[in-house]
Amino acid sequence: MTSLAAVFEKARSEDRAALVGYLPAGFPTKDGAVAAASAMVDAGCDVIEIGLPYSDPLMDGPTIQDAVHRSLSNGTRIADVMRTVEGVARTGAATLVMTYWNPIDQYGAERFARDLANAGGVGTITPDLTPEEAGPWREASREAGIETVFLVAPSSTEERIGIVADCCTGFVYAASLMGVTGARESVGLAAEGLVKRTRAHTTLPVCVGLGVGTGAQAAEVAAYADGVIVGSAFIRRLLDAPDESAGLFAVRELAAELAAGCRRR
Amino acid sequence: MTSSEDTVLQPGDLVGGDAGTGGKFGVFGGRYVPEALIPALDEVAAVYEKARTDVAFIREFDHLLRTYAGRPTTLTDVPKFGAQAGGARIVLKREDLTHTGAHKINNVLGQALLTKRLGKTRVIAETGAGQHGVATATAAALMGLECVIYMGAVDCERQSLNVARMKLLGATVVPVTNGSQTLKDAINEAFRDWVTNVDSTHYLFGTVAGPYPFPGIVRDFARIIGVEARRQILALTGKLPDAICAAVGGGSNAIGIFHAFLGDEGVALHGYEAGGRGLETGEHALTLTAGTIGVLHGSRTYVLQDEEGQTIESHSISAGLDYPGVGPEHAWLKDSGRATYHGITDAEAMDAFALLARTEGIIPAIESAHALAGALKLGRELGPDATILVNLSGRGDKDMGTAMTYFNL
Ligand SMILES: Cc1ncc(COP(=O)(O)O)c(C=O)c1O
Repeated sequence: MTSLAAVFEKARSEDRAALVGYLPAGFPTKDGAVAAASAMVDAGCDVIEIGLPYSDPLMDGPTIQDAVHRSLSNGTRIADVMRTVEGVARTGAATLVMTYWNPIDQYGAERFARDLANAGGVGTITPDLTPEEAGPWREASREAGIETVFLVAPSSTEERIGIVADCCTGFVYAASLMGVTGARESVGLAAEGLVKRTRAHTTLPVCVGLGVGTGAQAAEVAAYADGVIVGSAFIRRLLDAPDESAGLFAVRELAAELAAGCRRR
Repeated sequence: MTSSEDTVLQPGDLVGGDAGTGGKFGVFGGRYVPEALIPALDEVAAVYEKARTDVAFIREFDHLLRTYAGRPTTLTDVPKFGAQAGGARIVLKREDLTHTGAHKINNVLGQALLTKRLGKTRVIAETGAGQHGVATATAAALMGLECVIYMGAVDCERQSLNVARMKLLGATVVPVTNGSQTLKDAINEAFRDWVTNVDSTHYLFGTVAGPYPFPGIVRDFARIIGVEARRQILALTGKLPDAICAAVGGGSNAIGIFHAFLGDEGVALHGYEAGGRGLETGEHALTLTAGTIGVLHGSRTYVLQDEEGQTIESHSISAGLDYPGVGPEHAWLKDSGRATYHGITDAEAMDAFALLARTEGIIPAIESAHALAGALKLGRELGPDATILVNLSGRGDKDMGTAMTYFNL
């Protein structure tokens, strides 16, 4: 298990951005998710976000919705998410859980934080948990020794960026555009400005996600951000693959392309 | 602007008051949304906070309520229906007589005016029964706004008449095919549109659920129902009613009629949720009666969910009540004991639906029929001395397809 601080320290020393890959637990299958994430780490991902599949993913576009739906149909439970984290953390990559708030709320904040830490997870990203409601989760995470990552968006005011950044540990997640998750033709023009605005409020690393899917886009983002976050593009590869080994090959190939992009800053 | 003869809405009727407490009703409410939406929610809250005490805004809203929506709506005594309710005096608040045929128009006109103040040119909305969609499409046509309505594919089917109405009014109707293909999924899709197009677009939320400031704003715009009804029932009967009955989906018509009576301790407030095929079958929308506290669609409230927080799909014969969440103020009214919530099965609702049609010549919306079924039970409990005010939230034209199948017409 690597800490986020160590990940970004290493990337900085190699003059590159860190590569963060996202996959929902239980997709394409429970074991398949660990295999795919391991292949992604092997080919250059520094950090893996394991998505906790939720019935009402209102921040996600069609690709992640599709994967999450399949995962829930596979019967994925929180215990499976923890097992997935355990399997992925074993690769040595820093492993986070990305989740909507309600599953943590129902599972119990302290219990979730403790179980995640025990599974080797280093923290969470909680896209619909606003700073105003985040007190108990930050407290539970601090107790368990895990990081809390929150999002800033192009629409965020200076004041909000400051408030959100103050709640973050590990890194700050900058959403590149106004919209849901999903690969796009181009990375939002607002991203660079948002990263710059965020840096005025924090010394934490700032990673950019939403809409990144190619090596060229990774290189573009790596020029100004500390990390490049890619989700839907990996999922697309798995959805389009005719079988599991073709899927593994495809995500490995994409991770390598993105990792090379992160080094071309 | 102060003469009560000429106006339905008085300064002060838009009470607001949620702003100071961050949109919390006790532990319920709040905001659980992507950070990207926070500025838009803050903007809506700020514009509304100004508007609600602005005489020009109140005058404009009042004008629309009177000359476009057809307010005030009347009260109707229904003695033959009441005879089946233990002889209790049943009085209907006739929201079915508003333009477009349901209480939804009140909130929609208020928010359409807010949309103009926000400087936005496009509105989006979710709809279940199609009544909120029709009302939104109507206001958009009136005010020259672009309009997109998200509606679950299942609901498009069972409320096809309303889909045609929306299209005729110039709206784009997007059938939502994910999840349960009902109201919950339509709301998800509307949020996805909003976060993408928030610069041009106002999300014209249709019920008292969702993140702050929606529960308070929608409540205020629907509040006219109870404000009028309180005045009217005093004039009609010389006293306040013993009880008020309303159907609860997201909760807007119920809070709309309850709110002006919250301080009247002698007035019992009863909300009726969709019991579907019955609690024991698991096929119901008994959010307050059988749900647990969690977060859905940006708000802490009661939710139908499993122990890991996955939403459980609801069921009701009524599209407008087929929702696994509920507005946070109802969660608060339940926990504080001020209001009581009950379930009405599909069969009970359809019986009441037919009974009102046969006895009084009024075809209610199936949503409203849940409140009528509740009044039948309550009247039998309270007896012939009781006066029960029922919010007849909408008319039943849209439900003829369902009724034809159900009653073999
Ligand atoms: C006539 C009517 N009554 C009630 C409802 C339920 O909504 P709410 O609980 O917000 O009043 C609807 C919703 O579509 C409706 O059309």
